[in-house]
Amino acid sequence: MSSPVTSRRPSGRHLLLAPLTLCFALPLVWLVLSSVMSDAEINRFPPALWPKGIDLGGYRYVLGNAMFPRWFANSLVVALAAVLSNLLLGALGGYAFARMRFAGSRALLALMLATMVIPFQLTMIPTFLVMKELGLIDTLGALIVPSLVTPFAVFLFRQFFLGLPREMEEAAWIDGCSRLRVLFSIVMPLARPALATVAVLTFLSTWNDLSWPLIAINHDTQYTLQLGLTTFQGQHHTRWSAVMAGNVITVLPVLVAFLLAQKTFVQSLTSSGLKG
Amino acid sequence: MSTLPRALTVVPGPTVTPAAGRRAARRRGRRESATAWAFISPAVVVILGLSIVPVVWSLLLSFRADDLVTPGRWVGLDNYRALARDPNFRTAVGNTLLYSALYVPLSLAGGLVLALALNRRIRFIGLYRTLVFVPFVVSATAQGVLFSFILDPEFGVANSLLHHLGISPQGFLTDPDQAIYLLVLISLWSGVGFCVVVYLAALQDVPPELVEAARIDGAGRARVLRHIVLPTLTPVTVFLLLWQLITALQVFDLIYVTTKGGPLGSTGVVVYFVWQQAFQMFTAGYGAAAAYVLAVALLVAGGALRLVRRRQERTEGAVR
Repeated sequence: MSSPVTSRRPSGRHLLLAPLTLCFALPLVWLVLSSVMSDAEINRFPPALWPKGIDLGGYRYVLGNAMFPRWFANSLVVALAAVLSNLLLGALGGYAFARMRFAGSRALLALMLATMVIPFQLTMIPTFLVMKELGLIDTLGALIVPSLVTPFAVFLFRQFFLGLPREMEEAAWIDGCSRLRVLFSIVMPLARPALATVAVLTFLSTWNDLSWPLIAINHDTQYTLQLGLTTFQGQHHTRWSAVMAGNVITVLPVLVAFLLAQKTFVQSLTSSGLKG
Repeated sequence: MSTLPRALTVVPGPTVTPAAGRRAARRRGRRESATAWAFISPAVVVILGLSIVPVVWSLLLSFRADDLVTPGRWVGLDNYRALARDPNFRTAVGNTLLYSALYVPLSLAGGLVLALALNRRIRFIGLYRTLVFVPFVVSATAQGVLFSFILDPEFGVANSLLHHLGISPQGFLTDPDQAIYLLVLISLWSGVGFCVVVYLAALQDVPPELVEAARIDGAGRARVLRHIVLPTLTPVTVFLLLWQLITALQVFDLIYVTTKGGPLGSTGVVVYFVWQQAFQMFTAGYGAAAAYVLAVALLVAGGALRLVRRRQERTEGAVR
């Protein structure tokens, strides 16, 4: 079934695919449209299906009166910290497992992989207690520390490094390079696909997470966007245009990243699915 | 700094005894071992510290009455006994199973059909694929907020469309008879894309010469699909089945944002129950027990996944 020849006649599949895929797009189209509607347009019955003009009142409200900018910054800090640290610690761990011999390495790797099947709800109560002991509850630290490095990142880097030829690294050792230098100046530049995959999946999961911030954060100055959005909706359920403006702001970074790097996203998710 | 060069200068010398060589190798090994531990220890501390430790801690908690603030006391299996009698927990288990029984097969079937339809180089195919996949990157929170608005009985566009069609307004997520089915639909909207992507990738591995040969032998599209394409996809289907099942059994974010378990408990699921017990009712021991019940169910699924994968690998190896 690999790439059959393009037919000159328009395929009948369009009749199926065009309306079907439109169904996937419509809720997001409505999200954007309603975010620029005026409250009057939304609150009348039946509500308008198309805005008369672009009313930015919702955006002005969430960017001016609400704490959305703060929450956006919080989310960004948490997601970027998690990405950078997963890249660094994942690569270090993966490299040790792929290239170095040490006692217990196999058992340790197996144990780490086994932790991947532990469901979140089993660890959430004690993790909360650990974070409380560390004095991190209600700080962004409580959100960053548990996602500093995932077993998936370590495993993915290990698999990738195992697939690289050893010769160049060995030459560098003989020339007197330390392991760390070999990793950073020779191996990492070759590991762009693995770096991209780990970065994309870490960003997606930390940016989109709600349940852990919900547990670890109480004060609204420390909210992430997801937590802020759902609280905001609870408090302003009659100001739908503002809620939808906040929703657009929450979704936009991921959406833009996805549209810019669709291929990387899709490959990352397939690899997480098939190999992870 | 480095260990290798020094070792190499020793090796060629004719005077080196085997014992000295072994000593050097051992020294090298010790040093390498130290470097390796330096490399992996941050990952080990974070991963094991925040998974193995909590798993044991949770188990201990589940045998205690504990509110996370005051010192708890040991109650043995009381939490588990109480769970068995708790009607709210039973409802949560029932809702979780209903949600999973609908979401898992529908997402797989939908994913397969769409992947087959999208596996053709026609015009706009890139656009079609993007549209199907885009909802997957939207967070459950954003989905929940968006659909709360669309399905709002008063201001929602859904009732407005029904009004244009002459259908009476619906309660949607506020209707106990509709809520959980609508949550399944919302999850399908965002979750099908993942199945599509995985199936599309797997479809590229269907051997074209096999399809070609079958076509030449006069097999129609349906027979090619049934006898060649679907069998090739079986491993991926098994994987997706378990993956989606694990996702479905753990549903929480969407429910927290949309219905909070309501109306009338019709969408209360197990993870929501755990969260409520631990962080709202402050009966953490009881919540931990509920989490353990679900975790055992998940581990069974996870174990099955590993078993099937291992068998898959073995058969793949045999084919090669």
